[in-house]
Amino acid sequence: MNTIPTFASMSPEVGLKKALGLTRPDIIAEISASGLKGRGGAGFPTAVKWNFAASAKADRKYIICNADEGEPGTFKDRVILQDHADLVFEGMTIAAKAVGAKEGILFLRGEYTYLRNHLEDVLKRRREQKLLGKDVLGANLEFDIRIFMGAGAYICGEETALIECLEGFRGEPRNRPPFPVNTGFLDRPSVVNNVETLAWAACILQQGADWFKSKGTEKSTGIKIFSISGDCERPGVYEFPLGITVAELLAKVGGSNARAVQIGGASGQCIPASEFQRSIAFEDIPTGGSVIVFGPQRDMLDVLHNFLEFFVDESCGQCTPCRLGNRKLLEGVEMLKAGTCSMAYLRELCALGESMQLSSKCGLGQSSPCAFLSVVKNFRDELMGRTNSLTHA
Amino acid sequence: MLMTERDRVTGEIKSLADKLGHNRTSMVPILQDVKRKYHQIDSFAMQVIADELGIHPVEVYSVASFYSFLGEHTQGKFVIRLCRTISCDMQDKDRVARQLENDLGITFGETTADGKFTLEWANCMGMCDQGPALLVNDRVFAKVTPERVHEILQECRSAFGQHAMERKEVHLV
Repeated sequence: MNTIPTFASMSPEVGLKKALGLTRPDIIAEISASGLKGRGGAGFPTAVKWNFAASAKADRKYIICNADEGEPGTFKDRVILQDHADLVFEGMTIAAKAVGAKEGILFLRGEYTYLRNHLEDVLKRRREQKLLGKDVLGANLEFDIRIFMGAGAYICGEETALIECLEGFRGEPRNRPPFPVNTGFLDRPSVVNNVETLAWAACILQQGADWFKSKGTEKSTGIKIFSISGDCERPGVYEFPLGITVAELLAKVGGSNARAVQIGGASGQCIPASEFQRSIAFEDIPTGGSVIVFGPQRDMLDVLHNFLEFFVDESCGQCTPCRLGNRKLLEGVEMLKAGTCSMAYLRELCALGESMQLSSKCGLGQSSPCAFLSVVKNFRDELMGRTNSLTHA
Repeated sequence: MLMTERDRVTGEIKSLADKLGHNRTSMVPILQDVKRKYHQIDSFAMQVIADELGIHPVEVYSVASFYSFLGEHTQGKFVIRLCRTISCDMQDKDRVARQLENDLGITFGETTADGKFTLEWANCMGMCDQGPALLVNDRVFAKVTPERVHEILQECRSAFGQHAMERKEVHLV
């Protein structure tokens, strides 16, 4: 299948062979020159991460592929693993060469168990082709990959929670620093990269940093894979250069009549129609690729209600701002829906949201109030004084 | 000789721990295996896992209870997880939910009296472009309509007939 044209156009193992002929700093320099940033959403420069892990001294290092794709509205990693698994494993092998790791782990979310057999087959074939194992392509590199199944926890997409799960603990995020690049899985330096990031790393080694940089913006280089769902004519997986405006994207997927778009999943931002000229890039609206389109008939409070139920359910419960804050925001949305929320209380809820952003331990609690705050800011006229018969239109 | 259920659980956990290593990193894979085979992780199994990994059983409980795919509650042979997150929600997951409840005679969170079906909610399962989506154990169904619910359940029921003896067979060593 050719779901993602750029990935489909790559020739197998060219990037890996090239990487095996390079020194470690040269591989990292190539990734650095491309400006590749983490595709999972946080946007941390991949080369910097690899470089930290490469310069850390340890008896063992790990390359972990984060396939715990749980952000609402995101499904690109599922498609990449289904159709382009080789590219992901190639990226992991390149990363292993770059940082000096011998073991790779693919952390696959429990909901994707049906992909496991296919991925095990690909790994088996790669071992037979000497692309994995004791001596990869006779280039004096030892590296193998195993699959670890997640057990149904959104929080395990956070890299330290993912490592806790691998180690056999509750998926509760750790304090950072120390970062996993220094103290990761079993206290060894570990690179945790998103599925798409690793696939792009393999492409960059094959086509060169300049090829990658030729798309996108100065600060957000390259193409991004988007997962598009919601009220549009053609939902699915798309590749667009970073820097694309929301309006351009909506025109491509047949969703131009949208009243709002949620970018970056439930923990991202809600962009109203008046801001559709903004661009999707790390310098403006950052994203892990999730775009949920809301048509003119949608009530934004219903959307918020759904998001907050999600966060209440998926908060790990470790820190108070997130555990209780999300509950309070959910109650607030229920009050708004019932038309019983005073303006003073709404202001308090907004202050609570801001406190959560500041004081939560990990990205979940820091970003869960974003949707609430952006809906309150952008759709204020629809929120107050509701009666049951009132609709926003 | 005839093995009791407890001997069998113990033997399976032991051999798995031998294979994966008697350390904490084996915890989640062992719990997953027990849950898959027995549809529950009871306190006996938790004690055996704790003994094998050299930790207190409450540590096992703390991990098992954290993850939504683990947990000590008993599930049916077929666990139906319907996605309730935004994109599936906007594609009318409520009607599919209603029909699942109608056809099974249970509400979400419950298991049918015959132990065949458990109905659960799932958070986003990555099928947002093809919702409403549900998982039956490991299998994914996309674009589910209320009309298709009966067909999916029938498929499970016919599969159940073939393997109904699976867990009751006598194990000889």
